[in-house]
Formats: sequence, structure tokens, C-alpha cells
Amino acid sequence: METILVLAHTEADGSLARSARETLAAAQSLQAALAATTLSVGLVGADVQAAADRVAACGATRFFGVAGAAFAQSRYATDALAAEALCREAAATLILAPGTSRWCRALPGVAHRIGGRVDTHAAGLSAADGAVSIVRWYYRQRMEATMARTQRPWVVLIDPGSVAPWDGPAGAASLQMIDVEPPPAALRTAVTGFLAPAADAQTIRPDADLLFVAGAGWTKVQADGKTHAAEAADLILTFLRKTQASLGGSKSLVDLSGEGQAVLSFMTHLNQVGQTGATPRHPKGLATCCHGEEPHAVGWRFISERRAVNLDPNCGWARGKADVLYVADAFAVMAKVNALLAERASA
Amino acid sequence: MSAGYHIVVCGGIVPDPLQTLEPVAGPAGPSLKNELMLPAVLDPWAAHGLYEAAHLAKAVPGSKVWLVSLGPKAKLQQVMMTVAQKVPFELVVLDGPGGGFTESSDVAGTLADAIQAIPGLDRSRLLVFGGWESASRAAGSTMQQVGERLGILDQFQGVDQLSIGGDGAFQILERVEGGKHQISSCAGPPVLLGWATGSLPEPPNNPQVGMVNMRTVMPALQRAKPAKVGAEGVTFSRVALPAQRRDTRVVKDASPDEIAREIVEWIAKK
Repeated sequence: METILVLAHTEADGSLARSARETLAAAQSLQAALAATTLSVGLVGADVQAAADRVAACGATRFFGVAGAAFAQSRYATDALAAEALCREAAATLILAPGTSRWCRALPGVAHRIGGRVDTHAAGLSAADGAVSIVRWYYRQRMEATMARTQRPWVVLIDPGSVAPWDGPAGAASLQMIDVEPPPAALRTAVTGFLAPAADAQTIRPDADLLFVAGAGWTKVQADGKTHAAEAADLILTFLRKTQASLGGSKSLVDLSGEGQAVLSFMTHLNQVGQTGATPRHPKGLATCCHGEEPHAVGWRFISERRAVNLDPNCGWARGKADVLYVADAFAVMAKVNALLAERASA
Repeated sequence: MSAGYHIVVCGGIVPDPLQTLEPVAGPAGPSLKNELMLPAVLDPWAAHGLYEAAHLAKAVPGSKVWLVSLGPKAKLQQVMMTVAQKVPFELVVLDGPGGGFTESSDVAGTLADAIQAIPGLDRSRLLVFGGWESASRAAGSTMQQVGERLGILDQFQGVDQLSIGGDGAFQILERVEGGKHQISSCAGPPVLLGWATGSLPEPPNNPQVGMVNMRTVMPALQRAKPAKVGAEGVTFSRVALPAQRRDTRVVKDASPDEIAREIVEWIAKK
């Protein structure tokens, strides 16, 4: 028997992100599999009624909210305060939350406050014989484990994209508001804005169907004895513009900018995929001029279909890490790809 | 009030990224096959935090950097041979298991106790740095629990930049969704930062720095206290390497035109 609380924060416009509805779906599945288990929803934001109404028909018996201007910001101190209040009010034994940057920052601290334990990056949840277990990755996606805990409360952060979202009808939720007044010590930090590339320069697209990875080979000396960084940049950016793919890079490529070598100026550490970078989720991935060695390839764990272009027929991609390896010059291939894409667009 | 910051960096050790890892089951739970034999490095994001700490300490006179590290003493000694040559710091060693299958709450408790025991640590000037997520447990939950135990309410994760204004306030950039950074302003210490890559390259090895560091590193290793860290209450029913291995089709001797057509068709297919 568990008392499940789904914790969600609202977006700037008061809505609930898809990842929150994914968590709700996971919670419903657990509730269905466990006997005598209740489900509640806890919401944090400037104003939470609209979010509560969006999920009013999810089957939760109670809806709690912490609202106010102080809780509009993604800030550790106030988020932890609000989440702690919700966990205590719900007397939850199992707290499920989407693994957003906001909750990943705050909820581990909340787990400590309520005397519980926390596990993050859950890629699956299940229940059998009354016991809940989760699947998560260790050693940066190099091994997978199924684990369970006896400690309660148990806070579990679910990786976005792991579960199909709940998509039921909206309704009218009866919301129990909890009054939380942040002390001055919780207001020493203020969010002042966001830094993002211009819309047409943004290369990270989490919702893209395709991940395009550019490796260090693009900036190396080519067959003619010269580097062609400018041409590489043009080919890559043109491809991204035509396909709206998301751009990833290998660690060796993004590190070049710190070493004063020929670089692709639009490639930053935020684009890095792999052991010390991101592990994005996209249906398809195309790797170019990248060796596909393990520290990078682990970042491809959630890319379903994989192809690669590399002059080395014995690179990592050839050894079971890709579906297709094209042994070819990426400069030549991508120029042809871009030309074909332009033809199709104008047809 | 004295000038400068007291910067405590928490960083464990992890297997070298190029090593092949294999899980094995043991009486205390899962671990890595031949774990103590595997070459180790300082956790990558914690290492970035250390370089950022040293950079800040150099820029703000009166600052000092400590590195608090939990791991098997013998492995830590090996790792310090390299790390100690990078930047100046004083080492605090906790002798205990450093693998990914231990509990982050246990590790956090041990780290927090060690931080609180640092002689002369000034909380009003305290910055606690660490890696956003480790390359072992990869949970991104240890530093927050350290901060809670130390009573630090201003915490940031996925940090790439820390700037200090003329009034001593901090401006911090954290990675958030969609390839963006959130900009926050914080009044000042005490703060806790879980670093991502930051913006500094890895410093080159400096033997002079190494020699100065080793004067404190060796005594720190010798007086290392044992740390009780485990996985009580946790059951691992399965730990395995991913089974999927693709049957790669290697295409040689095809023209760029042929390859391009195939790629474009593949991209377009829903």
C-alpha cells in the first residue's frame, strides 16, 4: 500500500508541461498495480488552478496547491519549501515528479527534509507483489539497473520522454491550497532572465525527430592537406536549417574551442552528447566525422535509429553501435544531402 | 570580515571513461568487476568545479580552496598524482567505497560532516562546489543533500558560469531545458553550486603546483577517516550492460550521391 503524490510545477503560462502528464500516467499505472493505494496531485506555481483543472479527471482523490509570486520562479529555496509542504500535507510515501531542471534542483533536498530517499533519472517504474521498483541507468548510461527500496518516503524523478503522457479531458478540480510564506532567507536568489541563442541560431531542439552529431573530424586536416572549418560550418548549419534537426557534438569537438584550435563557433558544451554531456531522446540520429567510441556513444542510448558517416570502416559505429555506417567523406555526402533537401523543398 | 572566499569542492573518483565496465554481484550489492584495478580519474564535472574554484580563488585575494574527496584511499592517492598538478588546493580525504551503487544520502552525510570539521571554515564566506551529476551514480542528488545538512538554501545545479558583481552579489548561469541558461542573482555566500562543464579548459599539469599540493595531500591521505557508506534498504534485482547490439550494415564503395539519397529517404520516412 502506498500514498502516491505526483508533484508538478506549472510553466510560465500556468500550464502543465508534457513531462508532468507523463509522470501522472506513471503514477496511475502504479496505483492500478498496487492494492489500497491512493493518488494525490501537488502543484506549485504562480497560479495553479488552471493546471489542476487540466488534470482534474486523472483519478486523483486530492489536489493540493502552493501558489504565489514567490513560487513562479525556478529557485531552490522556495521550490523546496513548497514541495516540502505538499509532501507533508499529503503524507505521501511515494512522491513522483518529472525530472525537469527545476525539480532536479530542489527535490533531492526535499527528500532529505522529509526523512526520505531520492532516486533520479528513472526510466521506468513497475509494481509486482506489492513492491515498487524503478529502472535507472548507472555510469552514464553504461549499465542499467532495476532497484527497489524499503525506505519511505521515496522521491522518484522520472526522465522526460520515458512514459507516454496522460491525455485525459480537463475538468474542474477541487484544490486545497496550502499557505506557505517564504522567509527572507529563502528570497536571496532571484531569477533575472534566460540566455538563449536567437531563434534562428538555436541548435538544440529537444523535440526534433533527428539528432545530428558533428565530430572532431570536421575540423581536422582533410585529404588536400588543409582544414575546411568554414565549409564544415556551412554544411552543418545548412543541414540543420533544412531538417530542423538538433545538433550534438562529441567532447573532443567542443573541447577544441577551449584549446585555440579551428572550431565550429556554434558548437558549445551544451551541444555535447556523451558521458560528460547530454543523453538526448530522438527517434533518429546521424553521426558524422565522429568515431563512435564508448564515452560518446553512451549518450546515444535513447536514439532509436542510428546511422553514421565516417571514413574509418573500423570506427565504433561499425561495431554494433549504429544500424548503418557509410564509409565516405562527410563533406561530400552532406553537400549532396543538402542539395537533395533543397530540391525536395522546392519541388 | 576577512576578504576572499572559502571554497570547498566535493569530488569523488570514477573509472576512466575509456574503460570497459562490467557489473558483478556481491554480498554488499553490485559493484564493478575489478573495480580497484580500474584506472580512475576525478569525476569530470567535479573536476570542472575544482578548476572554477581555483580560478575564482586566484581572482579574489584571501580565498582558499579545499577538495573533499570520498573514495578508497589507495585509488585517491593514484588520482591525486595527476589532479594535484592542476590547481592549488588542500585535500580532505574520506576513506570509503566510491562506486555508483552506494547511497547518495550516505555520501552526502559523510561529506557534510567533513566540511563542518574543516578548521577555521567561515560559513559567511562559504561556497560549496561539486559536480552536477557524477559519472558513477549519475543521480545529481548528492550535493543538494550536502547543502541541506549545511543549511545552505541558495543552491544551483548544472552551473556553467559564476560571476561576481561590484557589490559582491553572484550572477549564476544554470543549464535548463531547450539548450538555454537560466540567469539568477544571489546576494552572496553561503551558496552551493553543482557544476556542469563551466567555461574553463582543463589546466595543464604544473609540477610546481604539484609539489606544493603533495605536502598536504600525503598527510591528508594518512589521516583519512573511514567513511560508512553503503546501500542499506536498497535491493538491486538486476544490473546489466545493455543487451542491444546492432547488426551494423557497413556501406563501402557507394558514391556520395547514392549515400545522400539513402540518408534523405531515411530522414523523410515517418
